[in-house]
Amino acid sequence: MAETRYTKDHEYIRIEGDTGTVGITDYAQGQLGDVVFVELPTVGKAVAKGGEAAVVESVKAASEVYAPVSGEVVAVNSDLEAAPGTVNEDPAGKGWFVKLKLTDAAELEGLMSEAQYQDYVKTL
Amino acid sequence: MAAEAAEFDAASAPAPLKTPLHSRHVALGARMVPFAGYDMPVQYPSGILTEHNWTREKAGLFDVSHMGQAFLVGPDHETTARALEALIPADILNLAPGKQRYSQLLNEEGGILDDLMVTRSIDLDEDGALYLVVNAACKAEDYAHIEARLPPNVKLIRAEHRGLVALQGPGAEAALSAIAPEAAAMGFMSSRTMKVAGIKANVSRSGYTGEDGYEISADARRIGEIWDTLLLDATVRPIGLGARDSLRLEAGLCLYGHDIDTTTSPVEAALTWSIQKRRREEGGFPGAARIQKEFAEGVARVRVGLLPEGKAPAREGAEIATPDGEVVGKVTSGGFGPTLNAPCAMGYVAKAHSAPGTQLDLIVRGRPLPAVVAPMPFVPNRYKR
Repeated sequence: MAETRYTKDHEYIRIEGDTGTVGITDYAQGQLGDVVFVELPTVGKAVAKGGEAAVVESVKAASEVYAPVSGEVVAVNSDLEAAPGTVNEDPAGKGWFVKLKLTDAAELEGLMSEAQYQDYVKTL
Repeated sequence: MAAEAAEFDAASAPAPLKTPLHSRHVALGARMVPFAGYDMPVQYPSGILTEHNWTREKAGLFDVSHMGQAFLVGPDHETTARALEALIPADILNLAPGKQRYSQLLNEEGGILDDLMVTRSIDLDEDGALYLVVNAACKAEDYAHIEARLPPNVKLIRAEHRGLVALQGPGAEAALSAIAPEAAAMGFMSSRTMKVAGIKANVSRSGYTGEDGYEISADARRIGEIWDTLLLDATVRPIGLGARDSLRLEAGLCLYGHDIDTTTSPVEAALTWSIQKRRREEGGFPGAARIQKEFAEGVARVRVGLLPEGKAPAREGAEIATPDGEVVGKVTSGGFGPTLNAPCAMGYVAKAHSAPGTQLDLIVRGRPLPAVVAPMPFVPNRYKR
């Protein structure tokens, strides 16, 4: 069964086996505003926990999407290049950025659960 | 996720100021941000793209009450005009009653301290008064600068009791004339005093979006009624600072502190159209020696428009390089143009690389992003001439 974990920087990672799908939360897309451009890494790139996994740009500003855990990029959502607004419309679904093959599953323990993340957002 | 570059500077002032329309922005669900010492709406719930497109297609209503409004008052037009001409390079002496001009406050080196709008009243009983609108972030320094240089018979009067709203877009004329019929006949860069929704207001046909439109100045205690009445029109929606910025960028208009500042002259900034012939010839403004030399001999660098290839925006601060990698300038404003449906930017480049069509690279996240020098505005102006 898939489990989703969250960072304080508002990325999520949905775990299925040894891979995780990374995106930004609904809260994050709301804060960003209309997304107009997404820069994705190349498949095969190794990213470290906290390193840059993608760049998302709104009308106002550019923001980095950090990797919640370390891993190798095994897929990118190239649909976002033509339809960056998908990040606003369906952040938890079709608006994902990259899939990572996890290097160290133990890193997931430092991330928040769904309930913990919702509590965290309430404090912002 | 973390923002690399916030568009709007957080003010250092502990308690942000509020415009007379502040509670209305909050009630409309705006996202408020600190801007130039004020708590201002960056966007309403519909978002920047929708607000931008609405302004280009219908009519957008902007609260610009944070900007500095003031009057320069002397015994007659010539005395007041000459006092102001000692500080700015525009021809104010020959500014007709009821007309306005864009200009710049200059320092002794010809650098730009602020840009401003100057309006001469059409009412003969107000002869000798000029109405100024300056940038919010600069107003305290501007006023001190102006007051220190005025002759004894010309006074600066701050109009802090006034609010200011802008109504911009192809639907602006119909929306405003419905509650102020005299607005319809006005031409671009003209000004009239009239009743708007029954409230005395100074109305000018100008703005900061590249669209036809108006700026409406009225008593701060009554500006809310004008705002509310305009929003009753189904073609009029409130627009925040986010779309104001993307609209002015597409229109090729400078943002003070970004595209122009004390290190740039009006000639470098490609604002020569705002310096009339008499002033170019006679001088008599701060930095005239430099600016006249720049007119005669050209400038080393100039502000240009830049259109990146592809979809990635280049932001303020990005270096501009030749395809060989030689750095020849820097981006001063850049982002995504919703009407263009493409990124656009402006910046300063060495004169040799400033011709439209020149291929350059914008350095974004360490990588060259191909771009071409392009004429501005990026989206054609639709002013009512």
